[in-house]
Amino acid sequence: MSLDAYQAHILEHYKRPRNFGALEDATATARDVNTVCGDDITIHLRVAEDGTIGDIRFQGRGCTIATASASMLTEAVKGMGADEALRIDRPFMEERLRVPLKDSQKKCMMLSTHVLHLALGKGEKGKIEA
Amino acid sequence: MGPNPDWAAVRADFPLLQRTVHGKPLTFLDSAATSQKPRQVIEAVDTYFRHYNANVHRALYELGEEATRLYEGAREKIAAFIHAKAPEEVVFTRGTTEAINTVAYGWGVKGKIGPADEIVGTVMEHHSNHVPWHFVKDLKGTTLKYVDVEDDGTLKMSDYDTLLTRNTRLVAVTQCSNVLGTINDIREIARRAHEVGALCLVDAAQSVPHMPVDVQALGCDLLAFSGHKMLGPTGTGVLWGRKEVLDAMEPLHGGGEMIREVHLGSAKWGDVPAKFEGGTPNMAGVVGLGTAVDYLTALGMENVRRHERELTAYALEVLGKLPGVRLFGPLDADRRGGVVSFDIEGVHPHDVASILDVEGLCVRSGQHCAQPLHDRFQVPATTRASFYVYNTTEEIDRLAAGIRKVQQVFA
Repeated sequence: MSLDAYQAHILEHYKRPRNFGALEDATATARDVNTVCGDDITIHLRVAEDGTIGDIRFQGRGCTIATASASMLTEAVKGMGADEALRIDRPFMEERLRVPLKDSQKKCMMLSTHVLHLALGKGEKGKIEA
Repeated sequence: MGPNPDWAAVRADFPLLQRTVHGKPLTFLDSAATSQKPRQVIEAVDTYFRHYNANVHRALYELGEEATRLYEGAREKIAAFIHAKAPEEVVFTRGTTEAINTVAYGWGVKGKIGPADEIVGTVMEHHSNHVPWHFVKDLKGTTLKYVDVEDDGTLKMSDYDTLLTRNTRLVAVTQCSNVLGTINDIREIARRAHEVGALCLVDAAQSVPHMPVDVQALGCDLLAFSGHKMLGPTGTGVLWGRKEVLDAMEPLHGGGEMIREVHLGSAKWGDVPAKFEGGTPNMAGVVGLGTAVDYLTALGMENVRRHERELTAYALEVLGKLPGVRLFGPLDADRRGGVVSFDIEGVHPHDVASILDVEGLCVRSGQHCAQPLHDRFQVPATTRASFYVYNTTEEIDRLAAGIRKVQQVFA
């Protein structure tokens, strides 16, 4: 065990999260919390008529992994089709973060994906697949 | 007060503290969650299974009588430890949570409590002293009221006087906050509760393990605590109540041992404490808890309190000097137990705990089962260090160094 989870690219996303804030004309919004450590993430989406994600923002507060994951997720899904976004899973996020995580941090990593899926009408509030 | 124990020798009694984690010495600062166990307790549980195991209160053979003597002997030790009037006032439970739920059910849900009645709690309670009363409210329409907490982490006692009415039936309060460390003046709280004819239930999960507790001096009516937080095995706890209060309560668990007679479709309960101990109890655990009480009694609870007070004062001084660190709770170690919760500016508590873990430091991060209290202070979570008989000032220095390392990562 080392400080691998706190590498520069992770901390950079934590300190300057991308696509952070509210979204005017959002077509869908969802929010959930990770009760283990109090992470609280809201995602706003604007889905175009052809089903692609036109824009995305996130709000809330969370630990480094939760915040950096949400930031990276928003970058990844812009312009993606809803079907494709619904297929985002743990390996997809692990590929983005590129750091080893403890089991307790995997839920933090997957919180934003879970909230994105809620906004797209999949999954159940309070049940984070990690 | 007895002679001050050799604290280094005390620490050596705890085998787990010899291990390392991530190649670093283990620094266990999470005793408010659960304590480590001395070899004496581990051996007592082992010996019970090797030499005495039989179902208590039932077997007529010698082995069963020996097991029963050990089990009831633990009850006598605990009664003496908290100054109960009689061993019968000590009910064994799985822990503090089950003890409080036993009262919420037996006194509240199944008792003569109704919509006109009120229960007074406080904002600083652990969830286990909140949620059972929600059950009573939901099923009986009882009103719940809460004493607020001042910015310095003490109870807003002026609230308390306002909230107490002729309709107050119960005051449910912690003796020592598991987040703020605040030690509440139970004697005064119980006295005022009695003035309006209410009972006083005390959550003693963070006090009985750490300071002398005398239920007669406190003047409370019911008191709950956990064995696993006081060097005893997991799955053990105690509900103490004045005999007449326990007599008036209905049992939570129906089953063997708790009955006087059973017919098809009806039953009559046995006497306290058997009435509340339906089913085969945690016999080995209770015997181990008795040994934990022997261990603490030999140290002397005044000495335990003095040791933890010194550690707490040291922690408040050392952590208080660190820039960017906010401490919660009273800053006077005389007014608090060995629990220090803090926040590092700009760093989420989950990250604090993860980085401290790399240094071998075990601290808790989150809401510590006290979400209403975190809402009160408008923080999503905190990091908590808590101390016990085996901790040292050197470990607090390690914590301070760890906090500086956390700050460097986020600099």
